[in-house]
Amino acid sequence: MLTRRIIPCLDVKDNRVVKGINFLNLRDAGDPVELGARYSEEGADELVFLDITATIRSRKTIVELVEKVAENVFIPFTVGGGIQSVEQMDELLRSGAEKVSVNTAAVANPSLLTEAAQRFGNQCVVLAIDARRSKDRPGKWQVCIKAGSEPTDIDVVEWAARGEESGAGEILLTSMDADGTQAGYDNELNKAVTDAVNIPVIASGGAGTLEHLYDAIVDGGADAVLMASITHFENYTITQMKEYLRDRGLPMNL
Amino acid sequence: MIVVIDYNVGNVKSVCNAFRHIGCEAKLSREVTAIENAAGIVLPGVAAFGYAISALGSLTELIKSMALEGKPLLGICVGYQMLFETSSEYGRHKGLGLIGGSVGPIPPGRVIPHMGWNLVELPEDIDLFAGLGNEKHFYFAHSYCADVKDEGVKIACADYGFELTAAVQKANIYGTQFHPEKSGKAGLKVLQNFYDICKRGVLQC
Repeated sequence: MLTRRIIPCLDVKDNRVVKGINFLNLRDAGDPVELGARYSEEGADELVFLDITATIRSRKTIVELVEKVAENVFIPFTVGGGIQSVEQMDELLRSGAEKVSVNTAAVANPSLLTEAAQRFGNQCVVLAIDARRSKDRPGKWQVCIKAGSEPTDIDVVEWAARGEESGAGEILLTSMDADGTQAGYDNELNKAVTDAVNIPVIASGGAGTLEHLYDAIVDGGADAVLMASITHFENYTITQMKEYLRDRGLPMNL
Repeated sequence: MIVVIDYNVGNVKSVCNAFRHIGCEAKLSREVTAIENAAGIVLPGVAAFGYAISALGSLTELIKSMALEGKPLLGICVGYQMLFETSSEYGRHKGLGLIGGSVGPIPPGRVIPHMGWNLVELPEDIDLFAGLGNEKHFYFAHSYCADVKDEGVKIACADYGFELTAAVQKANIYGTQFHPEKSGKAGLKVLQNFYDICKRGVLQC
């Protein structure tokens, strides 16, 4: 039996973990290597590190960070933020990341997903989608790029399906509307995407209570749940999350 | 000293990191003499099969002959898949042919890639799994899997809606579809066990 995954997300800026609300108002949450090692020790199933500055200077820093994390963390972790090419992916994977996530570069050039899948296998290639509810089209979501700053006309559900076809092996689906609010995941969004693809989907954005995690898996159909605020600021431990989900009948690695 | 084969594919460093973390000597190398003198060889793999086998290049024959001479060999994920005869991932490719069977897509009707922590049933009498109990969760990340010819070489299975071979052993040749280097404490124990197997010396096929 495959278990459902609990994935703390570490947004990294200037070598610190930060967390905001709706992608803004960032708050410091600690040292990325220390926090990563702590989550690994506490039983997290995976980690995600997102370089939210993603400048040329931060690229070197993120490679060094990946190397340090890989020396201390023996669970899989994904790295994303500003990745443009297969060469950059290769560097991060060789530095110790298990998977790489792309968003903006894949929108600009979907064949990047294909190229990456053929070289690294699709299990390494995570398509990150920042989704925002469309104001013009009710019940639809639009893909946003450049760390959420630039909305596009692309429909999230269509893009997810196209991403799968192009070679993505997993989707990291973030609801920008729910991000940081701790008011629950956008499970309509999660359900729409999980129904449209056959690859695993990580639900992201909005976790505030243990029930939210359960709902994202059961109502949203998510294979994994990602969270930041509720774990960085120590509302709940990883064990508490896993025990709660296990007690409600979900298979967990405990 | 264990040599982790460095062949220009994905995440090979993590295997070395994991060995070092548990105090085992391991180095990343593609040098012939280092491989010949190693107590054991690990063939890691985060790559598509075709890319990995061509990146291995001239080392293919060396690894094969070392394994056939009895040097302990552990293949991980694609490194495990390469132990078999063929694969159909993005084309048709020949593997090392050390273990009978072929690698093909995971049967449809489930979420693919098979990604995450799956419970694995472990037999008690296998040295690679010593001290781990009857079952443990290990981390998997793959879209292809091996169809193993000889039932006798299967040493661990996982239930993913079908019976997935999670590990094989044929004398000194071991392979795991899961990533021990990314499977927390249970995975580190598997690597420790492989290290102990290497230390016990070269077995004869």
